[in-house]
Amino acid sequence: MKEEYIMARSRWRILAIMVVAFALLAAACSSSDDTTDTTAAAAGTDTTVASGTDTSGEVLKVAFVHVGPVADKGWSWAHDQGAQALKAEYGDGVEITTLESIPEGSDAQRVFEDLAANGNTLIFGTSFGYMDPMLAAAENFPDTVFMHATGFKTSENMGNYFGAAEEARYLSGMAAGAATETNLIGYVAAFPIPEVLRGINAFTLGAREVNPDAEVQVVWTSTWFDPPKEGTAAESLIDAGADVIAMHQDSAAPGQAAEAAGAGWVGYNTDMTEFAPTAWLTAATWDWAPFYITTAQQVLDGTWKSEAVYGNMADGMVVLAPFGDSVAQDTQDLILVRESEIIDGAFVVFTDPIVNQDGESQPLGDIFGMDFFVEGVIGSPTG
Amino acid sequence: MNESLLMLTVMAAIGLGTPLIFATVGEILTERSGILNLGVQGMMLIGAVAGFWATFTTGNLFLGVVIAIFAGAALSSIHAFLSITLRVSQIVSGLALAIFGTGLASFLGRAGGNPLVGNPSRAVFEPVFTGSITEIPLIGPLLFGQDLLVYLSWAIAAGASYYLFHTRMGLSLRAVGEDPASAESAGVNVSRIRYTHVLIGGALAGLGGAYFSLALTPTWQDDPIGAAGWIAIALVILSSWRPGRAVFAAYLFGAAERVQFTLQTLGEPWSDIPSTLLAMLPFVLAIIAMIVLTSGKRARYLGAPEALAIPYFREQR
Repeated sequence: MKEEYIMARSRWRILAIMVVAFALLAAACSSSDDTTDTTAAAAGTDTTVASGTDTSGEVLKVAFVHVGPVADKGWSWAHDQGAQALKAEYGDGVEITTLESIPEGSDAQRVFEDLAANGNTLIFGTSFGYMDPMLAAAENFPDTVFMHATGFKTSENMGNYFGAAEEARYLSGMAAGAATETNLIGYVAAFPIPEVLRGINAFTLGAREVNPDAEVQVVWTSTWFDPPKEGTAAESLIDAGADVIAMHQDSAAPGQAAEAAGAGWVGYNTDMTEFAPTAWLTAATWDWAPFYITTAQQVLDGTWKSEAVYGNMADGMVVLAPFGDSVAQDTQDLILVRESEIIDGAFVVFTDPIVNQDGESQPLGDIFGMDFFVEGVIGSPTG
Repeated sequence: MNESLLMLTVMAAIGLGTPLIFATVGEILTERSGILNLGVQGMMLIGAVAGFWATFTTGNLFLGVVIAIFAGAALSSIHAFLSITLRVSQIVSGLALAIFGTGLASFLGRAGGNPLVGNPSRAVFEPVFTGSITEIPLIGPLLFGQDLLVYLSWAIAAGASYYLFHTRMGLSLRAVGEDPASAESAGVNVSRIRYTHVLIGGALAGLGGAYFSLALTPTWQDDPIGAAGWIAIALVILSSWRPGRAVFAAYLFGAAERVQFTLQTLGEPWSDIPSTLLAMLPFVLAIIAMIVLTSGKRARYLGAPEALAIPYFREQR
């Protein structure tokens, strides 16, 4: 009796394990149906799904690794738009693998190496923390081209790329400076790294060009993408007296907090007007499509060489988003004049020497290692 | 910290704590039946996406909430079947549910011809009362400045507390969680009680998820709830399996979540505290509270169900 019972039990067990395994598989393999084949990475689970059929010509296998979900409608989404443009450009000539929500850190090296071992010849990693893992992977796969966004290291087969967001940040700061009545602008910021500090400083310089009394209060969230957290940070800034919210975050939550409180909002990454139509002023946004297409072409032609690419407003990698209705016409005109000066090189955002947070003049130094706040910023540049 | 700032912090704590109350009370009821469901994060996300979808499609908030409740319960039924009928390891099944729910929610959010991703909600939960009643000092905003779901969270916590400790069914539930064999010999249907309360837990988690996508950050983006589902599991222990305490645990957590940013705006000397330390604040608070709760004689009153996470084999001797 007892043995039979135990056997019956173990059959149930096997069935149960199969059900769980199926559930895991389904979670890992859910993919969207359109142009890019996207793997819905559940908490970092990664599975690749091949796209298109192998036509007669050479198919370039390209992989993208993102730190957040491409559906963030922010940073990763902007990169994914670039990937989709790449797919649209080459059709069956490229096969794109997209991995989402891959944590930064040493485990990312395994992800990059898996992708390289699976025959991807061009691999993009779109977050700062992938730098060292990618460098290590690049060493182990010398025939694969690695491209790292926002970092500062290159090797024989690893290039890096980024853009002068500070140019558009400056312009968006002008919009914020003109909009604020309390002269306090809140800035929800992710991590105290040079990229973010550049953005805050450029934004503040722009705000103070049109409004010398404006100050920018920074709070750090220690996250790139966490909507409730970012929204809460924005609310705390509004409660501290800020009537315009700017951000270096990937979600639209700060904008929704601003909208609810009747404050203004300067977004980031993409045009996010629809999240907060009244609050929206403008934003620094990214257009990665031309760069991704060019890079893929270079790899196809065999002309790719390792370099550090720094795009800007002139080459179209950095774009100022459309203005919201609340931006006054004369402010818009002022900003557009500055924009054209930035594009033709007549105006430079950071000049040497520069006045720091303590009101002292100091040498500008290397802007890619920026570690200080300019005059007018309230908060700590070390987090 | 001045008085108005304190008030603002309390209001923010209520907002941030509300989804945690739903999920925590739900998980308390589930765990009281002896079933550990670690899939709260998945159930909340499914509730968030389903509720958002329903409201986005129909413009009806009420429908969104109902759909979220059903979606959360539906997902939890997988765990109920696996852990009650098939008696698999509840830890494994719960974790699988969390991962599955997360993936499924992202998938649903971008599936079909008109994906939800990147859209604000068509309707949002607003404070119920307006006008002079909300301007009464202190209690005005606290009691009358809340949206409907906040009042519902209070009602659910109070109701669950009454149900657990003052009704016969609550007694049966606790008996099943403590000693299912004895409960069964007293005529209680263990499987039925466990199924019911896993489903209730899922329903409340789904409702908690919907609070994010319909009230707190009314939009759909992937992973819009942070780590709320995992926090809720910790809050169950923090509230020592009592729904009434869950309210305070959730608000404590919400306040800590908010205070880390408020401190950064207060200037010297507060702004000198590294923000990364402040980001740990909610978790440090949770750990301190647990140490206080579990030290010495108090541990006896903690109240973890004796049969938690242990599969029940009927007539096993």
